[in-house]
Amino acid sequence: MKKNKNNANQHVAIIGGGIAGLEAARALLGLGYRPVIIEKSDRTGGHVADWHRLFPDMSPAKDIVERLRRETEGARTLLQTEIYAAGRLGNDYTLTLSDGNTLRAGAVLFSTGFDLFEAAKKEEYGYGIYDQVMTNADLERWFNGGGDKRLDGKEIRRIGFVHCVGSRDVKAGNAQCSKVCCITAIKQAIEMKEKFPDAEIWCFYMDLRLFGKKYEDFYIGAQRDYGIHFIRGRVSEVSENIEGRVIVKAEDTLAGKPVKVSLDVLVLMSGMVCNRQVHGLACQLSLGVDEDGFLKSRDNIASITESDNRGIFYAGAVTGPKTVPETLAEARSAALSIHAYLSAQ
Amino acid sequence: MMEFGFSLSPSSAVDLDKVDTSRFDRLVEMEPQARICIGCGSCSATCTAEPYSGMSVRKVLLGLQRGRDAEVDRMLAACMLCGKCTMVCPRGINTRHLILSLCRISGKGKEGKA
Repeated sequence: MKKNKNNANQHVAIIGGGIAGLEAARALLGLGYRPVIIEKSDRTGGHVADWHRLFPDMSPAKDIVERLRRETEGARTLLQTEIYAAGRLGNDYTLTLSDGNTLRAGAVLFSTGFDLFEAAKKEEYGYGIYDQVMTNADLERWFNGGGDKRLDGKEIRRIGFVHCVGSRDVKAGNAQCSKVCCITAIKQAIEMKEKFPDAEIWCFYMDLRLFGKKYEDFYIGAQRDYGIHFIRGRVSEVSENIEGRVIVKAEDTLAGKPVKVSLDVLVLMSGMVCNRQVHGLACQLSLGVDEDGFLKSRDNIASITESDNRGIFYAGAVTGPKTVPETLAEARSAALSIHAYLSAQ
Repeated sequence: MMEFGFSLSPSSAVDLDKVDTSRFDRLVEMEPQARICIGCGSCSATCTAEPYSGMSVRKVLLGLQRGRDAEVDRMLAACMLCGKCTMVCPRGINTRHLILSLCRISGKGKEGKA
């Protein structure tokens, strides 16, 4: 691919410094552009920076985040910066930033990612009500060495995982499948079995959606090598007994019988939901928003990284739940689309 | 006792805290594949005995893990060891061999009687 020569100073605004934004910035730098990453938090890396290990190879999440940070050092990165307003000026876009500056860019990439479903909204699962209920994100934080009173110094012999928390749940406002939680639950169940070898572990699922490379191997391994139990049935209610243990009730739909089990800790697999903070900006730029709240691609098959507006592009979970490799591939694809767009100007 | 004209049925709920899975654990020692069943039902659908007896390898494996031993024994007695279930299992479980091992553990069949 020919490097961009005519527009060597042309700025590309990248909204969101998670792995999608970083990977796109890396690719755009390589093509001779000057990407500007606008990140609302005080660090880049997004959700992946909070994760410990990534399926299916158990590779450390920090490896990929640190590599991307290193390889985007040439890009201007604005941390703790939000966008107050956005508009069109000729062929360009102007963004009014919270630091008082205005950024003019030839193209804008939305890599604004997703939000993790707030588990406390599913009151019946008891997050924030019972002591021994935690989320997938809490567990990753603990794997990363952050202490957690639900696990530290406790005798953990019985562990439960609830799949689809806030996902495939029309009443919770999220009809979509969050896609990565099935495999994440299996990954975390294996990691917990390694930390607590004597523990019995149950996963409560509706369907197991193990679509990706090596995912099914992971599932067989969890059953065969780690003895993790899988119960097909959605947890209906959680309560706490006098010893502070969590009592889980579900139907084992394969047996056609209600089941009950007491656990030392229950992990809720919070799903990916849309990032609502981006809706205001989407509205100002007349971008389409899908029924699930994720931004609408021009076409869900042929041009997932393009919006209906010329010069505005998408990468990663801004358009729906995505895995890490999908997000990275989309970021590179969006960078090439941006290059093609700006070269044709 | 006062007769009210109705009686209480015992709960059909399975309490996993109380279920004795020792028979399943012994089976896993002999047949590690017992753990990798995904409950697809291929074995039950192809079973020659199933329509007449309710035999189902899937239900046998699940029943052992849910403390439903009487049902498991009833189903085992109906198996004719034809091995059709082994042919259809997508996870490659040797179900016929698994049933034989389970009969040994349960003391059923000729060897059990000896």
